[in-house]
Amino acid sequence: MRTAASLAVALTALMMTAAHAQVNVKIGVMSDMSGLYADLGGPGSVVAAKMAVDDFNPAAHGLKVDIVSADMLNKPDVGANIARQWFDVDHVDVIVDVPNSGVALAVNEVAREKNKVFLVSGAASSDLTGAKCSPDTIHWTYDTWMLANGTGKALVKTGGDTWFFITADYAFGHALERDTTAVIVANGGKVVGSVNVPLNNADFSSFLLQAQQSKAKIIGLANAGGDTINSIKQGSEFGITAGGQHFAGLLVFVSDVNALGLKVAQGLTLTETWYWDMNDANRAWTKRWQAERAGKFPTMIHAGVYSAITHYLKAVADLKSAADGKAVVAKMKELPTDDPLFGKGTIRADGRKIHPAYLFEVKKPEESKYPGDYYNLRSTIPADEAFRPLKDDNCPLVSAAK
Amino acid sequence: MAMAVDPALPKLRNGPERSLAAAFAVTLVVFAAAPFVLYPVFLMQALCFALFACAFNLLIGYVGLLSFGHAMFFGWASYVAAHAAKSWGFPPEAALLFATLCAAGLGVVAGGIAIRRQGIYFAMITLALAQMMYFVALRVPFTGGEDGIQNVPRGRLFGVIDLSNDMTMYVFVLVVVLAGFLFIYRIVNSPFGEVLKAIRENELRAVSLGYKTDRYKLVAFVLSATLAGLAGALKALVLHLASLTDVYWTMSGEVVLMTLVGGLGTLFGPVVGAFLIVALENYLASFGQWVLVIQGSIFVVCVLAFRRGMIGELGNALRIKL
Amino acid sequence: MVEIFGIPSQALLGQLLIGLINGSFYALLSLGLAVIFGMLNIINFSHGAQYMMGAFAAYLLLQYLGLNYWGALLVVPILVGAIGILIERLFLRHIRELDHLYGLILTFGLALIIEGLFRNYFGSSGKPYQIPTALQGGRNLGFMYLPNYRAWVIVFSLAVCLATWFVIERTRLGSYLRAATENPALVRAFGINVPRMVTLTYGFGVALAALAGVMAAPVYNVSPQMGSDLIIVVFAVVVIGGMGSILGAILTGFGLGVIEGLTKVFFPEASSTVIFVIMAVVLLVRPAGLFGRTV
Repeated sequence: MRTAASLAVALTALMMTAAHAQVNVKIGVMSDMSGLYADLGGPGSVVAAKMAVDDFNPAAHGLKVDIVSADMLNKPDVGANIARQWFDVDHVDVIVDVPNSGVALAVNEVAREKNKVFLVSGAASSDLTGAKCSPDTIHWTYDTWMLANGTGKALVKTGGDTWFFITADYAFGHALERDTTAVIVANGGKVVGSVNVPLNNADFSSFLLQAQQSKAKIIGLANAGGDTINSIKQGSEFGITAGGQHFAGLLVFVSDVNALGLKVAQGLTLTETWYWDMNDANRAWTKRWQAERAGKFPTMIHAGVYSAITHYLKAVADLKSAADGKAVVAKMKELPTDDPLFGKGTIRADGRKIHPAYLFEVKKPEESKYPGDYYNLRSTIPADEAFRPLKDDNCPLVSAAK
Repeated sequence: MAMAVDPALPKLRNGPERSLAAAFAVTLVVFAAAPFVLYPVFLMQALCFALFACAFNLLIGYVGLLSFGHAMFFGWASYVAAHAAKSWGFPPEAALLFATLCAAGLGVVAGGIAIRRQGIYFAMITLALAQMMYFVALRVPFTGGEDGIQNVPRGRLFGVIDLSNDMTMYVFVLVVVLAGFLFIYRIVNSPFGEVLKAIRENELRAVSLGYKTDRYKLVAFVLSATLAGLAGALKALVLHLASLTDVYWTMSGEVVLMTLVGGLGTLFGPVVGAFLIVALENYLASFGQWVLVIQGSIFVVCVLAFRRGMIGELGNALRIKL
Repeated sequence: MVEIFGIPSQALLGQLLIGLINGSFYALLSLGLAVIFGMLNIINFSHGAQYMMGAFAAYLLLQYLGLNYWGALLVVPILVGAIGILIERLFLRHIRELDHLYGLILTFGLALIIEGLFRNYFGSSGKPYQIPTALQGGRNLGFMYLPNYRAWVIVFSLAVCLATWFVIERTRLGSYLRAATENPALVRAFGINVPRMVTLTYGFGVALAALAGVMAAPVYNVSPQMGSDLIIVVFAVVVIGGMGSILGAILTGFGLGVIEGLTKVFFPEASSTVIFVIMAVVLLVRPAGLFGRTV
């Protein structure tokens, strides 16, 4: 009798522990919390991550999810350090966001070394799915190839066939100019001139003057952040758009347009993969996001963080483990993606998330009916054309698979 | 005019040698035990900065020259070592040696230009030279520009010892940094060091005594640059990475901060200062915004009320020269 | 069309004018620095942060009080100058007897604090500030389109620079100031309140920085980093001109603006470095700067 009772107790205990066998998952949101890209990613990415976890309802899938965050200060060494510490000491399983290509490339290597997952939402470098592709990394939201292809091709096709580049004089700017030039030339356009501008240069008047004198129809801005804002602001001062030339912002976000104001930014063409005001699902999500980020608008990077984490958690729930980075990423590539923000999509062998891209034009001030009403949709680039074809990747993962 | 860093000579007790040996023994014990308690990579990073700060302190604490451009030696040696280890396949000891020699060469050139002036003009020239080297680093292809040189292999020491294990690397870094520290100790407590201190106190008097002060200052500058370069090269191997942060002028500002907090002109001060500042930055990584404010406040407090720095105050209280 | 080194002369003229415009900002800022160093022997590393405060003050006054650009031009320098006086009273006064370099480190620390606080509160992406309606638009000069605002910048900076130079070099107040720098004890013996003059002079130098900030707000990105990006260059300008020389700061500021502008045309990648190269060369040849006094 006693043995039967103790056996029953033991069995019940065993069953209870089995039922409560949870998988612990720790998500690290690494972003620029205080610098140039704080509005592109930053605290907004942490909010998006929390929303993704809440919406997924981890308990129902047997998961327990924690979120930590850190500021990588836009420095590759800081980012690499944090990544190492997170993976080695703090048991973080996945790093998300990182809106800085240099830092992303560094973290990419650390993740590869430690076999942990890296979901890039913020960084632009197409090398992440090219020469530096990794079985532990997925490149979400956008990349330089998509930007060049989207803005460049669309503009050339609609008559903007002569270009002048104002390029930020470092690797990212040069890559952007190179990719866009290839697209322009391939579509019958011509680059009539370009000028390399040192980083952190405040005054663009000299370069804008050169652009004006080149008489190019389109002035391509192969720069980002403060440089882009300055170029456009000063461009409007010098009457660039009044003189018939157009700016093409090769990397512009909603937050930049917000900083510029519509009077100055009107007519600017840009490519993004998500816009808060495009449909009801986006608007509803934005409202929830704004509960914690009052007065700001979510960018495609924030949406990318939400989408990436949602899919990641699905894969982990399926595998019942977050330990093996390669296995989780393989599962993420196997499962098709589906979330309220990006809809249905896929992830390719090289780690590239595929979804459509949109060419937007900034509205005139009188066209804007409410705060945040910034964009007119000019055209949609279907998912299968938006990103660089697999064969052009030079990704070792893809060639190895052949 | 030299920086007055020793307002009152402390009345010494126990003889300087014994107390220093004691302090040194304490340090050794702490460092031997540390990697079992703290994260080894953090310790190695702090050690590299400790060497950097000690090298900087050689110039400001013992010669009285404030260089606002030391980042160029630290950063460029870091790039050279990274490139040598990654693209030329140098083993770690060769990469370190080569990078340190390059830093020495850069030190000779920069020193030759800057030494002729004193005080604020010296600081400004070093700043200008460092800014130029920053822009060169930005444009020259091998440095990788904004991305830096990533994935730097640590290699096998002497072809035998694999340094990719963090603990093994820790021992190596500790040995190198200790060697550098002892070297500085030797320089400071030598006839050459005495002349340097004399130059700091009153350069005109030293000149009138027949010393060719410019030559002494240049040698000290080159030694400081070389050791800063060694620190940079070591750091590149520890963190597998060389980036623009290392050559930017704010890095020069950081080493001033570390030395100031620790104690200008003390032996152990820069080490303590370096550990403090690296720990602070690591801890504040999750509150990124406040790093600037806190660093700035430390500068202000140190200048107003705490000029001797931590070790300086400690040494003053214990009446020993640390 | 006449071509000089492959660039049409018309384009060159345009770039020269733009260089002059940039030079105005350099001149205003280095004037403030030169006044502070020349009169007080303080190396004011927080000058860039004070410039930034000026720009932000203009933005905030517009946002919350509706004070427009013209009002800001008057009010902001006084406001920020008052903060400068506070800084002098609280911090700088105590380190007067120490080596210059402590002053540099202290003001560097203050600059970090100010920039850090603004970054925390306002973020880094920059605030919009429109060009005042009276100065919008521009005129076509034939060789380039000159925005009215930029023309105003040159004229106004020149006026301010000349006025400052006049006050310091040609008026009695200026002569008291100059005397107090050389021999404070003697000047005090004459009954002049030297400490108050020192405080007011620092405040004036800071006010100049803030004025430059207000003028920069409509054309440059108003962000917490705007000062730190600029301060190193301005230092170089002051050192080249000669650290205590008012005239030196003004002339070098405009001159270097023009040289930088020309570099942007012929060798744009080097336009950030050219000022430092010139500084190193000048310091080797003339250690006190082009117009400096004693070493």
